Amino acid sequence: MTRSCPSHTRFALSVLLGIALSCGARAASPSGQAPAGSGRGVYEHWCAPCHAPGPGHPGTQSLQVKYGGKTPAVLLERTDLTPESVAFFVRHGVLSMPPFRKTEITDAQLAAVAAYVARGSRAP
Amino acid sequence: MPTPPNVSPAAFAAALTAWRQAVGPEWVFTSAEDVALYRDFYSPFWGEPEERVASAAVAPATLEQVQAVVRAANQHRIPLYPISTGRNLAYGGSAPVYSGSVVLDLKRMNRVIEVSERNAYALVEPGVSYFDLYEHITKEGLDVWIDTPDPGWGSVIGNALDGGAGWTASPFRDHFGSHCGLEVVLASGEVVRTGMGALPNSRTWQQNRWGFGPWVDGLFRQSNFGVVTKMGIYLMPRPEAMVSGTATTDRDENIVPMLDALNLLENQHVVNGSTQIYGGLDRPGTHSPVWTCTVPIYGPENVVRAQMEYARRKFTAIPGVNFLEGELVRTPLSPEALKRAHLVNFGIPNLSTFAMLGRSPGNPDPAGGHIGFSPIVPRTGESLLEFKRFYQENLPKVSGGENLGIIGPVYMTCWERTLVCLIMFPIGRDKERNAKMRRAFEAWVRLAAERGWAEYRAPAAFQDLVSDTYSYNHNALRRLRETIKDAVDPNGILSAGRYGVWPKHLRKV
Repeated sequence: MTRSCPSHTRFALSVLLGIALSCGARAASPSGQAPAGSGRGVYEHWCAPCHAPGPGHPGTQSLQVKYGGKTPAVLLERTDLTPESVAFFVRHGVLSMPPFRKTEITDAQLAAVAAYVARGSRAP
Repeated sequence: MPTPPNVSPAAFAAALTAWRQAVGPEWVFTSAEDVALYRDFYSPFWGEPEERVASAAVAPATLEQVQAVVRAANQHRIPLYPISTGRNLAYGGSAPVYSGSVVLDLKRMNRVIEVSERNAYALVEPGVSYFDLYEHITKEGLDVWIDTPDPGWGSVIGNALDGGAGWTASPFRDHFGSHCGLEVVLASGEVVRTGMGALPNSRTWQQNRWGFGPWVDGLFRQSNFGVVTKMGIYLMPRPEAMVSGTATTDRDENIVPMLDALNLLENQHVVNGSTQIYGGLDRPGTHSPVWTCTVPIYGPENVVRAQMEYARRKFTAIPGVNFLEGELVRTPLSPEALKRAHLVNFGIPNLSTFAMLGRSPGNPDPAGGHIGFSPIVPRTGESLLEFKRFYQENLPKVSGGENLGIIGPVYMTCWERTLVCLIMFPIGRDKERNAKMRRAFEAWVRLAAERGWAEYRAPAAFQDLVSDTYSYNHNALRRLRETIKDAVDPNGILSAGRYGVWPKHLRKV
């Protein structure tokens, strides 16, 4: 995408689409402090850039609009996700989120991140 | 398991065996479930027979493994389609241009080989994303910035080779223009290093891009002449400060002198940041300036203040133009400044761009994907206004009288001396709607070409169409490229069809 979505469109698109810009857009924390292969490490690298709390995270924004607050928009605040459902979305994608290949998230890493996200707010 | 086109099951089986030996069986993907992960998620042909899909994928981790995979493919005449991180969404993603090709997935080649702070460059492999390089630089505590496009998960190499752009200072925003030195595996399996890298004991591969003799790096941009396995990229020494100014006007015709001022400031290198032009919108119930230009400047604090004063004088000399100098931001950004910053302007990768294209309060039911038509037009106000009229006049006809949700035009000035006028098309899972988008896309390409405007980059499904518009002197440029293709890849195994260059056996007469 911009340039997957062709870059340089942010400001102009925000005007065209009438969308309020999220001035507090945050960088992902692709590194984090967790080991790369751990569930948390995989989450921080691959999931947090879209699903972390706060503005500028398109996954969180999308789920906020979808559920209207009835279900938490932040993945790690969910209590209704199973490892299977997390794994399904990682490997199949949804809406704007493409699936992730095994060269990006291996099956072992998928199991770890699915368990980590499914634990959500129940995680220690 | 599908077999690539024009390949016998026996030849494919032999290649798969060789690849498994080369990279390990777990990194050769042939099951339908695994190969589906390589579909282009934003394909305008999703779920239709014309969708470009892979037959298999192979994922080497080293240069030697790439060589072995390519050699086997060449021996058995298997079409390969190299991808780097596979995140080139809207331009084909991780799917091949020639359906049935085997994807050569280079994501596992993810080493940041070197970052030089003193000489401000990096040497990376294709699987290194902007996130990865940023993380490496941050961990090492180096005082250099990367230039990242909007989505930070893209490949540093892949984005440069595809013609991508970023958001910091002018020498760095043209990503291919900022590269310095390539390592390329040819279709024969032979390895070539370009520029100073051709010297066996080179110590300056990333310090002079030209080397000695004819420069060949451009042959590997938007091409299918080799597999790039290493690339040098210039980095930006962290500037002391950044300040941005905003010029506005309510007079439509003022875009002409405003763009002249913008061009002057950029061509003088007084303004070095990523300028933007937007406006000309009819938004009932709101009041926005008819035209707005933003001019960011990076550099030492006292210098950028003086440059901004010069920019202010140039814009306010135009009757009816107001100019507002923004807050000067010192780097590294304070936590407070970080909260307000457009991060890519500070070389910080993120994915927030998807917030505008995905589901949002203003667009609760988006299509999901998108593609873009982005012709280059002359960088003058007159041309910009011509494009605006062109868009408004043709949109109803191109859209078949429907509101297809096409977005445009977006004016992009990401490269000095270049104006790109972008039109975006939502792409989803509705085949009928996608067909309408395709027809509209094709119509825009043809209509623009009649005016002398053409794409700088195109989705895989439309690369032939766009290539057809570059037809000067009976397609002389394409014929030259085909001559080169036949010479460097005589069996036509690499990226068939990429950017309109087909190998001899697949070429249309």
